[in-house]
Amino acid sequence: MRRETKIGLYIFLAPVLMWLLLLIVVPHIDLFIMSLRGEDDLGEAIWTLDNYHSFFSERIYWLTFARTATYALLVTLLTFLITFPVAFYITKVVHRRYSAFLTILLLMPFWVSELVRVYGWMILLRESGVINHLLLGMGLLEQPVELLYNDVSMVMGLVYTSMLFMAVPLISSLEGMDDNLIEAAHDLGASKLTIFLRIVIPYAAPGITSGAIVVFMLTLGNYLTPNLMGGKNSLWFTEQIYNQFIASFNWNQGAAFGFLLLLLSSLIIWAGLRLSRQDLGRALT
Amino acid sequence: MIRTLPGSRGYMLGYRVYIALFYLFLFAPLAITCILAFNDSNFPSLPWKGFTLEWFTADTLERVGIFHDQNNLKSIWVSFQTAFFVSLLSLLVGTMGAFLFEQEQFRFKQGLYFLALTPLVIPGVILGISLLLAANSAGLFVEERLGIDLALLRPSFWLVVLGQFSFITTFVLLVVSARLRKFDPTLEEAALNLGASRLDVIRLIVIPFLKPALIGAGAVAFLMSFENFNTTLFLVGSDTTLPINLYLQVRDGSTPVINAISFLLIVGTSLLAVTNLLLSGQTTKA
Amino acid sequence: MDVVLEIRELVRRFDTMVAVDNVSLEVQEGSFFSILGPSGCGKTTLLRMIAGFQEPTSGVIRIRGKDMRGIPPNRRPVNLVFQNLALFPMMDVAGNIAFGLKRKRLAAAEIGRRVESILERVGLADYGAKQVGQLSGGQKQRVAIARALVLEPSILLLDEPLGALDLKLREQMKIELKKLQSEVGTTFIYITHDQSEALVMSDRVAVMNAGRLEQVGPPRALYDSPASCFVAGFVGESNQFPAQIEEQEEKQIRVRTDTGLQLQATPMQPMERPECRLFIRPESIILQPEESLSGINRFTLQVKTILFDGSNTKVLATVGESEREIMVSLPQNRQFAHIGPGDRITAGVYIDACRCYPVHA
Repeated sequence: MRRETKIGLYIFLAPVLMWLLLLIVVPHIDLFIMSLRGEDDLGEAIWTLDNYHSFFSERIYWLTFARTATYALLVTLLTFLITFPVAFYITKVVHRRYSAFLTILLLMPFWVSELVRVYGWMILLRESGVINHLLLGMGLLEQPVELLYNDVSMVMGLVYTSMLFMAVPLISSLEGMDDNLIEAAHDLGASKLTIFLRIVIPYAAPGITSGAIVVFMLTLGNYLTPNLMGGKNSLWFTEQIYNQFIASFNWNQGAAFGFLLLLLSSLIIWAGLRLSRQDLGRALT
Repeated sequence: MIRTLPGSRGYMLGYRVYIALFYLFLFAPLAITCILAFNDSNFPSLPWKGFTLEWFTADTLERVGIFHDQNNLKSIWVSFQTAFFVSLLSLLVGTMGAFLFEQEQFRFKQGLYFLALTPLVIPGVILGISLLLAANSAGLFVEERLGIDLALLRPSFWLVVLGQFSFITTFVLLVVSARLRKFDPTLEEAALNLGASRLDVIRLIVIPFLKPALIGAGAVAFLMSFENFNTTLFLVGSDTTLPINLYLQVRDGSTPVINAISFLLIVGTSLLAVTNLLLSGQTTKA
Repeated sequence: MDVVLEIRELVRRFDTMVAVDNVSLEVQEGSFFSILGPSGCGKTTLLRMIAGFQEPTSGVIRIRGKDMRGIPPNRRPVNLVFQNLALFPMMDVAGNIAFGLKRKRLAAAEIGRRVESILERVGLADYGAKQVGQLSGGQKQRVAIARALVLEPSILLLDEPLGALDLKLREQMKIELKKLQSEVGTTFIYITHDQSEALVMSDRVAVMNAGRLEQVGPPRALYDSPASCFVAGFVGESNQFPAQIEEQEEKQIRVRTDTGLQLQATPMQPMERPECRLFIRPESIILQPEESLSGINRFTLQVKTILFDGSNTKVLATVGESEREIMVSLPQNRQFAHIGPGDRITAGVYIDACRCYPVHA
């Protein structure tokens, strides 16, 4: 019996190791190596820190980086503010009969490809779009206005795309909360605000952290939404990476950018986990 | 503020309006996309010029409906194939991983488990470029040493499959592990006690127990793969998947054919999602 | 009669803890044998070793004379009814019962016949197609037993299978199990921490504590002459007093309890030190004993309260002038129906009903 389990271990271990080593570990080591490679004046391949140096010396690069990080944080915060009342409504306010229905309704749009959702916003918002058409029709506008291709539309699109990943952990953590806690606080004379700040939010904290981590990570790494909904001047860092790889064909520079983005996202996730004292496994499940 | 403690009328009314606006916000883009798929206009915008099915069925010089749009049809087929192989592979390896981490004991288990979770928190773009770089390095190596040009290691169908597999497997692993954790080990003991072999136990007890999780994870893996954009963007070769193909079209201007495709996608994924929900609901009840 | 199970000097250690400590016992073919003990006493470990889910550290288990060492659980002629029943939720009732028969590769017709006959036997004749989730607690119980019995094992092991049922159903299942066992004639080994289950159903009971067997015998023997302090306290209800021996004769001792009550008592084990523990069953105390009775201890009780419980009604009283409380069973014949709190009443107890055991320091 003991020998059987030993064989079982290797049967399970081999494919998992192959997956993680060949597709995760080695490629990321390669990414790091590539980011340290470059060419000297003669076109010979050499080790160099040039790729990182140019990131800091070229204003546009690190500005884009900082902008992306700031906007990602903003999007995370907005997503939380917009989603939290909905999660609370679904789990605590609406009649139980409708809870499941509203939850499913909330999940539905996110089964559909992100591209389709962004496309929907595009035909709503653009100059010849549906909203402009309606506003003109109602006489609220004289001239069509371009609602797309600016930072506001981009942030809105990113929030829209991220809502699910905030809503699901919020709903599941609020579902586990006993209504009696709120009733007790109310009974003891707490105001609505106090109840939210002292009872509900602390209870939902684990859900908030996991939601925030996933939303931040996905927003930081998003390409489609900033690319299609953002303006010409609202460059996202992933677009810089894409440009280096596909347009400039400067893979070493792109690798350095990729590594920096990976570093940033890992750092923020690590900080989030530390602050909320959770581990990665708990936050993801 | 909760069911048992209703707030003032104004507060409740305001809350309901907010919720209604939220759901409007949620469904507006999808609804408008679907509606405009049936508008008899050459642009996906209002005004409404009458109902038509031409964006699905037409095959004229002016209008080519999705059912005759070879370019998009081909990319749909590529996406299907990709999703098929990705879900098959990730289901296989993810389930093995679930058994490995839930039922086996070995050194460095915690470390390996952590590593297995990381693909979900690495931005998809990074996964894409690092795999592109690694495949390229490996390709160069193979070409220099062995003089073989391996197509697999250049942006191609199989590289896309590998790239998507690399993070979707983590997802399958999490779903199957969660189910496996609920497995009552006395069921296994009971089966052994009744004379079953270890193989019987896996075939007759464990796999049927995992079935709802396997179906659910498989369906979601399929969808994740079918819709993946970020990782695929860097690995795609001449066989473009549907999201990439749509992206290229949306970027360069749009026609109602895209609405028609979107409509089909929305209907298709909703059906898949609903059946999946119903199936999992049934099994949890039983 | 033949011995179906023989256990010799069985030991099982977990790291530093000894779960089963040098246990030896024999179980007769066709008997209902219970292993009774508090949770954590090692009875489940003992059962799992018989079933083959755990290997003994040392010692021998023989079933019908055959040494079981190294034989995996799926090849042992014993079947187990699990504590949580472990019915397979992915199969219907018939599927659960047929599971073991299919593993023996019997013909489908034969399997169908046997499943039907065992379902009939446990009173679930038309339940074959039901899902496990549709059954009540008692029905699940019977399916679990049928699933094991259908394989005609040498021994049926039952691991506290009544624990999850509510009281009424448990009482009913006790009787049913006993009847079922005498009908099918299979040896039952029943693990429980509930002394009433063990006493009602068993032919013989082994009382287990801290990994060791304290006493093995028929229920009446355990009740009437507990072999150890632990058995006296664990089997049946008792009033317990810490006491000191004041005078020692061969078959009788004079003790003084911690509250100063002096009694003549019977030593159940050799008494080497003056510290001892005195046990008196509530029903052995006689209220208002006649003056002519000899060989009894006499004392007065002051009634504190009546604990009414139908046929099991008791009086809670203090003895003499002390605060020490004692339980006394009220006779059924309403003779003492009039007594109430505050009443003083004479009482007595036979010397051989006052049992003394040495205390292990």
